[in-house]
Amino acid sequence: MSLRENLPFASRYRMFKKRLHPITKEWGLTFYVLRHSRLAVVGGLIVLSFIFIAIFGSHLAPYDPVSVTIHERFQPPSASHPMGTDKMGRDVMSRMLAGAQHSIKAGALVLAIAVPFGVLLGGIAGLFGGWIDEVLMRITDVFLAFPSLVLAMSFSAALGPSLFNAMIALSIVWWPMYARLVRGQALAVREASYVEAAQARGAGRWHIMFRHILPNCLSPILVTLTLDMGWVITAAAALSFLGFGAQPPIPEWGRMVSDGRIYMLRAWWVSVFPGLGIVLTVLGFNLLGDGIRDALDPKLRRLTEVKWKRARTSSSSTS
Amino acid sequence: MTATLFECRNLTKFFPIRNLLREVGRVHAVEDVSLSIPEGGTVGLVGESGCGKTTLARTLLFLLEPTSGQVLFRGDDLGAYSKRQLRAFRRETAIVFQDPYSSLDPRMLVADVVGEPLAIHKVAFGEDRDNAVLELLERVGLKTEHLYRYPHEFSGGQRQRLAIARALAADPRFILLDEATSALDVSVQAKILNMLNELKAAFQLTYLFISHNLSVVRHLSDHIGVMYLGRMVEYGTRNQVFGDPTHPYTRGLLAAAPSLDPDDRDRPREVALEGEVPSAVDPPSGCRFHPRCPNRKPDCANVRPELVDTGGGHLVACVPK
Amino acid sequence: METSENLVVVDKLKTQFFTYGGVVEALDEVSFEIHRGEIFGLVGESGCGKSVTASSILGLVAKPGKVISGRILLDGEDLLMKNDHQMSQIRGSRIAMVFQDPTSSLNPLFRVGYQVAEPYIYHQRRRKRRAWADATEILAKTGLPDPKEKARSFPHELSGGMRQRAMIAMSLTCEPDLLIADEPTTNLDVTIERQILDLVKDLQREFGTSVLWITHDMTVVAQLCDRVGVMYAGNIVEKSDVRTLFRSPKHPYTVRLLRAIPSAVTSQEHLEEIPGTVPRLIQPPTGCRFHPRCDHTMPVCSEAKPTELEVEPSHTVACHLFGGTGRVT
Repeated sequence: MSLRENLPFASRYRMFKKRLHPITKEWGLTFYVLRHSRLAVVGGLIVLSFIFIAIFGSHLAPYDPVSVTIHERFQPPSASHPMGTDKMGRDVMSRMLAGAQHSIKAGALVLAIAVPFGVLLGGIAGLFGGWIDEVLMRITDVFLAFPSLVLAMSFSAALGPSLFNAMIALSIVWWPMYARLVRGQALAVREASYVEAAQARGAGRWHIMFRHILPNCLSPILVTLTLDMGWVITAAAALSFLGFGAQPPIPEWGRMVSDGRIYMLRAWWVSVFPGLGIVLTVLGFNLLGDGIRDALDPKLRRLTEVKWKRARTSSSSTS
Repeated sequence: MTATLFECRNLTKFFPIRNLLREVGRVHAVEDVSLSIPEGGTVGLVGESGCGKTTLARTLLFLLEPTSGQVLFRGDDLGAYSKRQLRAFRRETAIVFQDPYSSLDPRMLVADVVGEPLAIHKVAFGEDRDNAVLELLERVGLKTEHLYRYPHEFSGGQRQRLAIARALAADPRFILLDEATSALDVSVQAKILNMLNELKAAFQLTYLFISHNLSVVRHLSDHIGVMYLGRMVEYGTRNQVFGDPTHPYTRGLLAAAPSLDPDDRDRPREVALEGEVPSAVDPPSGCRFHPRCPNRKPDCANVRPELVDTGGGHLVACVPK
Repeated sequence: METSENLVVVDKLKTQFFTYGGVVEALDEVSFEIHRGEIFGLVGESGCGKSVTASSILGLVAKPGKVISGRILLDGEDLLMKNDHQMSQIRGSRIAMVFQDPTSSLNPLFRVGYQVAEPYIYHQRRRKRRAWADATEILAKTGLPDPKEKARSFPHELSGGMRQRAMIAMSLTCEPDLLIADEPTTNLDVTIERQILDLVKDLQREFGTSVLWITHDMTVVAQLCDRVGVMYAGNIVEKSDVRTLFRSPKHPYTVRLLRAIPSAVTSQEHLEEIPGTVPRLIQPPTGCRFHPRCDHTMPVCSEAKPTELEVEPSHTVACHLFGGTGRVT
């Protein structure tokens, strides 16, 4: 009995396809659970819309988000300007559509730096233990102690205010959470029998790290990441609000809220709509993150697996 | 004369109990044990909780470093091995654990779980590796379609077969079976024990079988070592230890193990051992067993008995004898 | 059979679990009797329903399970007809239970003496000081050295064997009519197990309590019990007194099971295997639940469930091989 004999068109391709099957089945179950959680679906839709706007926003904007048309300033929401205009006469909706990309780029940048760094650090701390663990965890504590916004502000002040600098600053304080998360998982996984079995067969530390510890960390990392995205976006908006992030005329949502602050009483739409945008986005990521956490929870999966199998067999028998 | 695969001489392992940085006590897990495992044999290690059999096995495989004494593999001192030699050594040894539920990584496909040793030692890659795993699965009685599944889809007995298949990967010479059948139902256990015997013959393996279940140990092993509180108290062939148990602890152990014959309860039985196993942190002086021994003499608390050959390689560590 | 020699009669007990995946038919009309003053062993492998039987008798079946039908008679009274309050009066005083893991059955926050005294206070309304003294006395009876000191200790300060003795003491405080023991010695060392088994025998003789001993270990059954019921997949397949069962087992499952156990008498080369695996109880095999694995299957085995038939005095088997006449057809 050999793989080749069973698969006439042998080859690595066939092998990968067969290997992929159970993995896709597992993901299939995850999506099934997600689809059936109303809140997760809502969150997912919000996130997807947000990403869509971020990518295509600038092209969808009916008006130029940057050009000034003074005679149209402070127009209340109307048919031609659904979200009104701001103090420079710029269409608020167009600015929002064009500005979404900055929020998401900010979020992605911070996490792209913080997550790999934190994961690696936490993994090393958890795997090696001993004084390496102690030292790394104390360093983590130091960074955790920093008030993130204040640090970001000083960074921006030093390097010059810009969204990019603010994001770099944020990523410096964002990684400790991931380090702790992965360290905890690493400590738990390290004690498992399957790790001892691998060590007894001669597996080195790096093998244990990449083949056992990290794959078992993926679920919690994914959940935290999704939830985090919302918070990073908020932090970026906050920094921009305070003037340390995006600079005019970049239509970043936090900045927009700040710009419209003074005119709140006579032109509320300038601040409120970007503010609502931020709130909705964070809500979306939170709901989605919760949904993913539930979908990856082993107990819930076992319970739902039965329903799912029944749904699949009945659909395939009728089709 | 059969070669000796594993040998330990005066092996001692204790675990310090630290209060911050100071050592305030020691767990005397293994004390001055010498044992040799012949190539192709099955040695059974029995004893109750705290006897040190698990620690002894781990130290033998150098997963724990001995506090003192030597471990020899094919005559070489493992303590003198370089990292590379140690790695090659690990290819030749494997472990099967007690709990089939935690000994397989739930995130890995069966093909990867069983093929892990092949990956570690870079023996085979890609579809060659999966083909090799297929052969191993066949050997342990599983099927092709099981190859790309997750462990959680299998029953306890099947998972133990997977663990055994993994142990067989990369051609080991020696397998440590640490209570490998203790968590299984009787009918499943029977299949696994039969399979272990077949595999041993087919692959010329050497087993070290640890268990608290005397009948299972008797079934599988040709030599048996009885341990109590870190020391080896009796050692011999299956017939010697079970047919002519000499050390009072061995006798107590065998008398305590319930038999399948209901009429045995009417027959006069040896008095049950009283008391409990003392703590390994503060063990009794002299012969560790003396507080519970029905044959205790005043000297037993002062003199530490050595293993003495009572004939034909049957070793007993008891003072009066 | 509701003669006065039966303390407990379980009659066609049917318990099921209503889960997402379907209905788990855990107990399929289980019937057995426990005589007064005897030790009855319920033996079977994992998943056969022996623990569910115990919880059904106690009225503590975990949700989503439910006792569907049947009777459980304790001295003639049907326990299934009683409400929660009545059952809580019975539990601990007329029926007591000892579990497998004494560590989780004993509250780590309270002293052992207090926990043993609790049934005295709750069921017999004794005063605290007297209850404590009685608790110490009964702890001494279970062979615990230094009972006064042990009573003042916390559970984590005692070893596994000592904790199990404390559990047995706790269960015997109100001199129950029935003691249910669910695998109490499985986690103990063999020498300690022997001590506990001897203790149970002595105490049972002294107090005259009937015991329902649940285990997967046939050797314990052989040494401890008077009568035995062998369970498989929610059914009692064979029931007899202990010596008859081991001397001449009749049901194919019992026969194969006994031959699968390594011991001094089995051949060293090969243990007998039972082909196949334990069936899932969600859609169990039709007819006799053992028929897919049996090498004596006949067409009727997959169609009709075999009834229990007496093949010898006090030896019943549920198998079509032993047809209506009670002899092998």
